[in-house]
Amino acid sequence: MSEILGDLKYTKTHEWIQIMDDGTITVGISDHAQDLLGDMVFIELPELDTSYKAGDDCAVVESVKAASDIYSPISGEVIAVNESLTDTPELVNKEPYGDGWIFKMQPEERGEIENLMSASEYEEYAESEEH
Amino acid sequence: MLIFEHSKPGRTNKAQSNKTGPIPDSIPEKFLRKRPAALPDVSELQAVRHYTRLSQKNFSIDTHFYPLGSCTMKYNPRACNTLAMRPEFLKRHPSSDESLGQGFLTCMFELQEMLKDATGMSRVSLAPMAGAQGEFTGIAMIRAYHDARNDQARTEILVPDAAHGTNPATAVMCGYKVREIATKSDGDIDLEILKESLGPQTAGIMLTNPSTLGVFDRNIEQVSKMVHDAGGLLYYDGANLNAILGKVKPGDMGFDVIHMNLHKTFSTPHGGGGPGAGPVGVSERLIPFLPVPLIAQKGDQYQLLTEEDCPQSIGRLSTFMGNAGVLLRAYIYARMLGREGMKRVGEFATLNANYMMARLKEKGFTIALPERRATHEFIVTMKNETKDLGVNAMDFAKRLLDYDFHAPTTYFPLIVPECLLIEPTETESKEILDQFIETMSLIRTEAQENPEIVKNAPHTLPVKRLDDVKAARELDLVFTPGVQ
Ligand SMILES: Cc1ncc(COP(=O)(O)O)c(C=O)c1O
Repeated sequence: MSEILGDLKYTKTHEWIQIMDDGTITVGISDHAQDLLGDMVFIELPELDTSYKAGDDCAVVESVKAASDIYSPISGEVIAVNESLTDTPELVNKEPYGDGWIFKMQPEERGEIENLMSASEYEEYAESEEH
Repeated sequence: MLIFEHSKPGRTNKAQSNKTGPIPDSIPEKFLRKRPAALPDVSELQAVRHYTRLSQKNFSIDTHFYPLGSCTMKYNPRACNTLAMRPEFLKRHPSSDESLGQGFLTCMFELQEMLKDATGMSRVSLAPMAGAQGEFTGIAMIRAYHDARNDQARTEILVPDAAHGTNPATAVMCGYKVREIATKSDGDIDLEILKESLGPQTAGIMLTNPSTLGVFDRNIEQVSKMVHDAGGLLYYDGANLNAILGKVKPGDMGFDVIHMNLHKTFSTPHGGGGPGAGPVGVSERLIPFLPVPLIAQKGDQYQLLTEEDCPQSIGRLSTFMGNAGVLLRAYIYARMLGREGMKRVGEFATLNANYMMARLKEKGFTIALPERRATHEFIVTMKNETKDLGVNAMDFAKRLLDYDFHAPTTYFPLIVPECLLIEPTETESKEILDQFIETMSLIRTEAQENPEIVKNAPHTLPVKRLDDVKAARELDLVFTPGVQ
């Protein structure tokens, strides 16, 4: 079974969101998602300083099986991208919740974050999707 | 081994023939090469052996069952090839006068008419040279249509999540934003989501019906009405036309433009990146935008219509008449079948797929949409085998090669986990279908008893399991032996 971290938020499109102390957020894809996609070969990062609305596709992860869009979990501006994924996309497989993070955002409004799924809700969702 | 590795400096292909003279000086200087062409120095015999050996290592429809879903790998009748290779066709120069090419133009005109009849569209252009180019043509016409009406607010193309990757790629190439719409668990499009997604921004929708899930969308008439009511147009991806040939017409379902992959449904040689053909058919309102050349009948003569005759045309996709040789083969195939034959194609393609689906289910395989009747193809999902035995869809696919079967399509469509998309086509015998089914069963037994043998397959082929991760991460398209 794939790992789901308790203190993160999740989306239906399998991104995880960590709320940092300064109010910004870090985004990556869940262990479950990387497991489904398989070995990563290419990550197209979002554009720095660009604003996205919740649900906009902003990045692409490409594995040996498929290319898959990454959706912005909330509305906000991209303030950092994980450049090391350009040369080592496998970080997303190895450490999906650590060095495999994809980008950081300054949220437009805090409220949107509350609507995301908790770890237990995501676990249930991921399981129901399997059937 | 590459042909360049057989090369030895100075060797030519004509050791025994007369020496060639100097280059005639009538060729202007500017047309002469500055450097000799980078060709291998091999003899004719070496070249023949090299390529014959390569071809013997290959899987092909002439040598193997090839159930590659979505690709319709059916037998290519020899007669189509023989007739299309007549010297009258081969030696016709594309720039020669129309009066000298009436035979060829007659064939092309009749092919246009037959495709129109088979699909229920109002007019056909044979110009596009692949399914993907047909898609580009179709969406470019949809764009031209909205532009001609000054309806520039339409910026989105809807594409279901089960679609082939060329669909969203096409929409983006034509300057549209792609909006993905979900498929329900029964395989039909989610009408609620469709309704929410439609609006004044909708330029059109790209649908494959039967879909890549191997089922016919039962709500197609409603989908068509909803999209038209919103002012959008419907694009039909004809990759799966084989299933409905002679039975249902995309024109009757309400589509405005369709492409037909002649290398699939109309049985022209297929694969290896070779020449294809993707003619497009359109409804009344898109006729002015069709790509040229079109073939028209004037009295008892046939002629090519160009940009001058069709001022609103989106233009040309190639210098001449598309892949003329492929079009000819498709024409001969269509003539050999006739209307009645086309009906049997659809019937037997569907029967074969449903037979295989039922038998694989009996053998304990998990069918992705067991409650639906398959069209000409169906999906087996290997998610249980992956979970319980650690042997996934790719492992099954590779092991099939050891048993002399080309693998089905793997991991497409993306929305079904661990999927094998199986399309037997109408040209296979029951014995072959049975052998394939027994082999699938056998591989599952192997996976239970000795999974390593499946996970490390293929064992009998000249090339063993490739490292796809390394290949994708360290892509090298200009490999030269001896050069790092
Ligand atoms: C569903 C679907 N659409 C479009 C295409 C593209 O067609 P082509 O390969 O002729 O460019 C394919 C091809 O495999 C397909 O399966």
